[in-house]
Amino acid sequence: MSGETSTIEVTALTDLPSGRDLLKPHRIALIAIAAVMVFCIAWFMRWDWLPEYAGRLAQGVWVTLLMLFSTASLGFLFAVPLGLVQVTGPWPLKMLAKGFCTVIRGTPLLLQLWLLYYGLGSLFPQYPEIRQSFLWPYLREAWPYGVAALTISFAAYEGEVMRGAFAGVPAGELEAARAYGMSRWKVFRRIWLPRAVHRALPTLNGETVLQLKSTPLVATITVVDVYAVISKIRQTTYLTYEPLLFLALIYLCLTAILVVAFRTLENKIPTRGA
Amino acid sequence: MAADPGTLIDWSLLALSPPGWGGVLLGGLLNSIKIAVGGYALGLALGTGGAFGKLYGGPVLKDLLEVYTTLVRAIPELVLILLLYYAGTDLLNQMLAAMGYGPVDISGLAAGIFVIGVVQGAYSTEVLRGAIKAVPAGQIEAARAYGMSPAQIMRRITLPAMLPHAIPGLSNLWLIATKDTALLAVVGFSELTLVTRQAAGSTKAYLLFFCAAGALYLALTLVSNVVIRIIEARARRGMAATA
Repeated sequence: MSGETSTIEVTALTDLPSGRDLLKPHRIALIAIAAVMVFCIAWFMRWDWLPEYAGRLAQGVWVTLLMLFSTASLGFLFAVPLGLVQVTGPWPLKMLAKGFCTVIRGTPLLLQLWLLYYGLGSLFPQYPEIRQSFLWPYLREAWPYGVAALTISFAAYEGEVMRGAFAGVPAGELEAARAYGMSRWKVFRRIWLPRAVHRALPTLNGETVLQLKSTPLVATITVVDVYAVISKIRQTTYLTYEPLLFLALIYLCLTAILVVAFRTLENKIPTRGA
Repeated sequence: MAADPGTLIDWSLLALSPPGWGGVLLGGLLNSIKIAVGGYALGLALGTGGAFGKLYGGPVLKDLLEVYTTLVRAIPELVLILLLYYAGTDLLNQMLAAMGYGPVDISGLAAGIFVIGVVQGAYSTEVLRGAIKAVPAGQIEAARAYGMSPAQIMRRITLPAMLPHAIPGLSNLWLIATKDTALLAVVGFSELTLVTRQAAGSTKAYLLFFCAAGALYLALTLVSNVVIRIIEARARRGMAATA
């Protein structure tokens, strides 16, 4: 159990390099070299397109963030029952949840996305009931498919994490809550879920960073996020590197903000001992 | 379900010979596996070097490796793949031009392996670094006391001793590598996901082909899981079972 969660922690970026000892001599030299490189990039490459597209880029970043937070929170809502059912549920539900997690985690997100968008998207118009329903205007857009695919993927990965977290809450704590006369629902709400979320928080951090890194895939189904805006810029300006470098910089900043925010959140929750 | 499932699912589309697309899909799967294996191997090589550099290297090397792993793990694979794909082919051609050769057309396979390998290298650096740190310092000191050279210590003590700690992380990375190959569809390399999309687009049987490709990926994952379990059992032999 612990091995499984720790591998995810290792692979995802959950911690920024510390700024301590920033001013050792070799670091000053490295920083100087980096500064020269940044200056060269800024001076010798073409950046005149930047002001023209600034508005659209900001809009794209907004769409990316919207995608990230909506799918992460929706996915987490699905992940809690997915994890819980795998720990305590009756076996048919347990198998179902396990199968769902295995299938989603065993196939690439890009394939799932295209399956939903091209597969279901081509199937829906054949049914007049769906075409006449109030959902039809939304189902003709691309973003619901993107949200659905990203949510499902996040739920599957996070469901696996929550399973470990739920199983890892010491049985004694749950027994103590039962001994206090709490109902099962109250035990879950007051003890089990908060303890499990706390245990899963470092991994949740990693999963959210991975989710941010998955969001550009929705650009392949015509959702206009920041990646799609950059692709458009590359097509109209015939520049190869500048827009991509700028895109990398944007994602770097977003990841850094995410990691710092999670770190602050983790530090706010008091822990005893370890 | 639809009124007539017979028209919805046309299994002959999956036939292996040319009117069916089954052979094309399997060819795509083969390409995916090739890239995954190559990229994973390159990533392991980079990761081993990176982990040792991060633990035992000089201050400059440590910092550079830190920059490498942080950047790769903070930027989406899709963006990295585009950047490395263009930058890699461009740099190579410029280097060849400087040496007096004409530009070469870099095969998609080589470019894909390079790109996946660089991405995997950052992650395996972190996995291997953690695993090496889990090797008791006394064992390495004992090896040094025997008069072994650093290369001997690495080959005889550190690498075998860290393996059981590294295998969960490394197997995770292998699964990520197989799924990351799908991203090469975006740069136009005909691996499984892209050929699936082409097959689906020309026959309009989207659901069938995407489900078939999903089954292939899933089979790859499940087979890998079985193999991983065997390897893990072998690497952990003689160790106390952890609960």
